Amino acid sequence: MASENSGTPQGSGLWAWINARLPLDKMLKEHVTEYYAPKNFNLWYVFGALSLVVLVNQLVTGIFLTMSYKPSAAEAFASVEYIMRDVDWGWLIRYMHSTGASAFFIVVYLHMFRALMYGSYRAPRELLWIFGMLIYLALMAEAFMGYLLPWGNMSYWGAQVIVSLFGTIPVIGDSLAEWIKGDYYISDITLNRFFALHVIAIPLILLFLVVSHILALHEVGSNNPDGIEIKKHKDAKGIPLDGVKFHPYYTVKDTFALGVFLIVFCSILFFAPTFGGMFLEAPNFDQANPMQTPPHIAPVWYFTPFYAMLRAVPSFLGTQVWGVLVMFGAIALLFFMPWLDRSPVRSVRYKGPITKIALGIFAVSFVVLGYCGMKPPQGIFPLLARIFTGLYFAFFLLMPWYSRLDRTKPVPDRVTYDAH
Amino acid sequence: MMRIKNLAMLVVAAGLLLPLAGIAHEGEAFPHAGNDPYSQASLQRGARNFMNYCSGCHSAKFVRYNRVAKDLGIPDSELRANLMFTSDKPADTIQSAMPAADAIKWFGVAPPDLSLIARSRGTDHVYAFLMGFYKDPSRPTGVNNTVLAGTAMPHVLADLQGVQTAIFKSTEAAGAPEFEKFELPVPGTLSPEQYAEFVRDTVNFLEYMAEPIQTTRRDLGVWVVLFLLIFTGFAYLLYKEFWRDVR
Repeated sequence: MASENSGTPQGSGLWAWINARLPLDKMLKEHVTEYYAPKNFNLWYVFGALSLVVLVNQLVTGIFLTMSYKPSAAEAFASVEYIMRDVDWGWLIRYMHSTGASAFFIVVYLHMFRALMYGSYRAPRELLWIFGMLIYLALMAEAFMGYLLPWGNMSYWGAQVIVSLFGTIPVIGDSLAEWIKGDYYISDITLNRFFALHVIAIPLILLFLVVSHILALHEVGSNNPDGIEIKKHKDAKGIPLDGVKFHPYYTVKDTFALGVFLIVFCSILFFAPTFGGMFLEAPNFDQANPMQTPPHIAPVWYFTPFYAMLRAVPSFLGTQVWGVLVMFGAIALLFFMPWLDRSPVRSVRYKGPITKIALGIFAVSFVVLGYCGMKPPQGIFPLLARIFTGLYFAFFLLMPWYSRLDRTKPVPDRVTYDAH
Repeated sequence: MMRIKNLAMLVVAAGLLLPLAGIAHEGEAFPHAGNDPYSQASLQRGARNFMNYCSGCHSAKFVRYNRVAKDLGIPDSELRANLMFTSDKPADTIQSAMPAADAIKWFGVAPPDLSLIARSRGTDHVYAFLMGFYKDPSRPTGVNNTVLAGTAMPHVLADLQGVQTAIFKSTEAAGAPEFEKFELPVPGTLSPEQYAEFVRDTVNFLEYMAEPIQTTRRDLGVWVVLFLLIFTGFAYLLYKEFWRDVR
């Protein structure tokens, strides 16, 4: 069987038959077996693969949950308990999904921090970074809508608080909040549409974005902890000298990382699935009750840094929209990273002390804000939230200056790698 | 060198994320309920206590009689004779004997369903609540509670415990006086130790009902994590073997 496509396997058999019609072999080579990644990836580089694993976990367990879940205000809460008690292995599926939601944010936050450290957002990877940020946005929408579905009391009031944020926008706010809810309050109608968005609309968007993210990555090639291009040094066949095939080298490394991740993941799932009220909150074991607010409403931990910023900003000119703007601004700023960073080098390894300190302050701010967001806004917390909101924004807004002024170290020509 | 530094940074990052777990437990600190969901004898006594003293007013609408019997090792005849008061079908869920409309008329509020109370409030909270009734003639029920002030629930266990009186610290500041200790002028049919044991068994059963799978979950988890440790060990060896060629 002759083929005009060079690189297509010759011969007979099913594999050749398929490849004459669909470039399976070509795609496998391009993206897996002959995708050359820098050999000097460190531990920080496992979180991309791990987030893909968690995504698959969420999709598969989500499908099974959908088989027994009832998206109606009258039945949702009871159907979750039905899954937990009467459906064979339903408890495991549900805990995999609920623990997976938090795990998703843990691996994604670490993945994003990796990109910040090694300058993976810098040219030519701006679009790759933007796709990543869009994934993060979609993920937040997905998590927010999914959180309403168990129809617990925290689901209900959490959704109430978040949707009311849109109500603070001048002029159109109230109509917008009403449009989102489909009702005057969070109701059966809201639950139904959130269900539709959670199980089909946003997952589709997420999948599209993830595929785009990976295609963009494979087009420009992976960055690495040294922040230099391995494509600069190629052998006679055009293969980067400092690259290794993704498969088997990184598949085997990621398998090991997956093992470590699963040990942590399963320890939480089997021994502390509520994670002390952080992954599954205690008030959510009460059914949604529009007449009774929980004693203290806070979003799930992965939203609390932004929630703290929201509360840190006082209302003035008779509107609370400023806090909302600050909160969304905190996320929007991340999109501009490729243009805010003016340093001549990419990786934090070769950047100067100012950048290192700034990055440290940013990481600490994020964690402290997350902590403030969980606490009632009393005592020291409003002050802490204000200080660290300021520091969080300073990290981004001052970056064009400090990144240019900062000392840099000479960048090596080839990647730093100690053989095993 | 580089690798050790990276590992250290990762540990620091994880360290920054994980203390979140410790801060989740908020609110008042209650004494530890000290119940043991692995003790079947305690759970059986708890089931008896629940059916006799709680289920008259409280439902556990997500819990099926036959599931309780199966998990707690209670024979079918025993279940039907001694534990099922509102139904004759073991596959039914536990319903309260009191119609909600009557409850609202009598107490002003329908007694909450108890299926998940141990998860939504915590076992320590429920234990402290059941230990916290004290005499208060100003209340329509004649009793108040240190955990849930102004509770509509009468002290249904007064026969067993007796009725405590609460001693409050005299405070100059305005607001609720601070609770100091209980006294028990008229003891009930149980000694204070026996009563505490009674409440502990009941709370144990409530915790079981809130998540019937919990002991299976933990037992299975041990095997899962053991398997993963072995799997990860081999994955590490495989990783090292492949990466030997990378210079």
